[in-house]
Amino acid sequence: MLSDEGEIARVARESYAWLAPHDPASAVRRATVERGRTRALLIGGTLLFLMLFLFIPLAAVFTEALRNGVGAYVQAIVQPEARSAIALTLLTAAVAVPLNLVFGIAASWLITRFEFRGKNLLSAMIDLPLAVSPVIAGMIYVLLFGEQGWFGGWLAAHHIKVVFAVPGIILATTFVTCPFIARELIPVMEAAGREEEEAALTLGANGWQMFFRITLPNVKWGLLYGLVICNARAMGEFGAVSVVSGHIRGLTNTMPLYVEILYNSYDFAASFAIASLLTLLALLTLAAKSLLARRARRASEASPVHQSVKPAA
Amino acid sequence: MNEENGTPARGFNILPGFGLTMGYTVVYLSLIALIPLSTLVLKTTGMGWHRFWHIVISPRVVAAYELSIGASLAGALINSVFGMLVAWTLVRYRFIGRSIIDALVDLPFALPTSVAGITLTTIYSANGWIGRWLASAGIKVAYTPLGVVVALTFVGLPFVVRTVQPVLQDLEPELEEAAATLGASRLQAFLRVIGPALLPAVVTGFALAFARAMGEYGSVVFISGNMPMRTEVVPLVIMTQLEEFDYQGATAIALVMLVISFAILFLINLLQRWSMRRNAV
Repeated sequence: MLSDEGEIARVARESYAWLAPHDPASAVRRATVERGRTRALLIGGTLLFLMLFLFIPLAAVFTEALRNGVGAYVQAIVQPEARSAIALTLLTAAVAVPLNLVFGIAASWLITRFEFRGKNLLSAMIDLPLAVSPVIAGMIYVLLFGEQGWFGGWLAAHHIKVVFAVPGIILATTFVTCPFIARELIPVMEAAGREEEEAALTLGANGWQMFFRITLPNVKWGLLYGLVICNARAMGEFGAVSVVSGHIRGLTNTMPLYVEILYNSYDFAASFAIASLLTLLALLTLAAKSLLARRARRASEASPVHQSVKPAA
Repeated sequence: MNEENGTPARGFNILPGFGLTMGYTVVYLSLIALIPLSTLVLKTTGMGWHRFWHIVISPRVVAAYELSIGASLAGALINSVFGMLVAWTLVRYRFIGRSIIDALVDLPFALPTSVAGITLTTIYSANGWIGRWLASAGIKVAYTPLGVVVALTFVGLPFVVRTVQPVLQDLEPELEEAAATLGASRLQAFLRVIGPALLPAVVTGFALAFARAMGEYGSVVFISGNMPMRTEVVPLVIMTQLEEFDYQGATAIALVMLVISFAILFLINLLQRWSMRRNAV
């Protein structure tokens, strides 16, 4: 007689043993974690791939930069041409990043707070520069402002140089980096929600008060995250800037362009010295990125307002 | 936001700034992106169909398309396999330096392409750190199409990792446990349960890496050697035409590139919608 429950369970286990392995716990482990050799193979494969494409290149930049010693390294960086390239890079970022910051905030507010016709199209348009090859991004400004361009005649008549000059470099950089802040900000602003903003308005705040006291603090980590990425791309843009720069030494060279010029004149150590500065900037950017992502995660755990920053670039 | 989330329709929206942000966004986008891009289209329509066709099917340009598409596909494929592997290792295993490696995956995104270009060329050339070993095995990388693949693999590296990682993180362990209690081996669990869940993310990452590789210029220009018909990618041909002040040639080739990029972008949008629907089920 199968009267008590233990007995029923025993019989059931025996009759259906062919369905499940004998030791359920070990079976679960077998199918949810890899065993030693597989695991070693997976980690090994990962490390080998990253070694070939990340770690060795990273080590090579600094090794090549210091090939002729620290003296030569410093010499390469403090040269007048290097200094003017650094200055132009800083200037470019100082113009392009704030422009795209204001744009990013405006676009995110529009996309996350209002419903309107053509919203999907507008979001797609914001991402448009990401789909355009850097060479084409530079070229469209040559077509507009170059000597044969639409505004070329007018600009020449007024002695304004855009292409093969600093304004062209800034324009091309602004184009290439225009989506980055908006892209990071839109999901964060979406997640922050509108309730606090509506409450502030109901309590008598005006629009700007609401923006500076509620909206901005709520999205600050996402905003900083976008700023950091936008800045890195603005300082590092090569293809688009290469088209519009005209390569005038000491006048229209940003750091990435100067790296190319030195390399092509076989001054490898100097080229890698400038490259190492840009690599340091990239490493700093990545460090700031992961720090900000961690901050944002902690902020979202601590407050009822859900913030999220995706790790995706 | 939509009405299901309790968002009031526009007529009842008390939040300010619609007119201001709409005006600013549209004007800024038009000035920076839309008007400049439209010159490309207008310039091409001005040259006439025959001239356009003659340029875009010239042997040198066709060879460049073939190399660009082939090398970008190869790079994206390598990144799909190893990107999945990297994402798996980062999500499933705990080891020293994991968070540093996690942050470094985005390096190709943050590093200026000219720096990537000269570095890859240096280490993969015949007397470089890696190139030396490959050369003794009879494999030449720098200044061959293989070098183009190496550069395009580098620039596309973050994409598959970053699309797969969040999906893998959110994957419920119950699914794998259920597979296990039903008698599945690890391989079966991966192929039948985890694999299908990751597929949309992998395909999206593949498409993003491919799109990025198609337009890449900076990291390729150094390592490819720029030999017409052999190691010249499309952005390089455009650059050469521009340097020769052949603007018609450059715009025609650029327009074809632009159409390809937009097609890929459209495809990525479809893919993302597909993966969202998959995740919702």
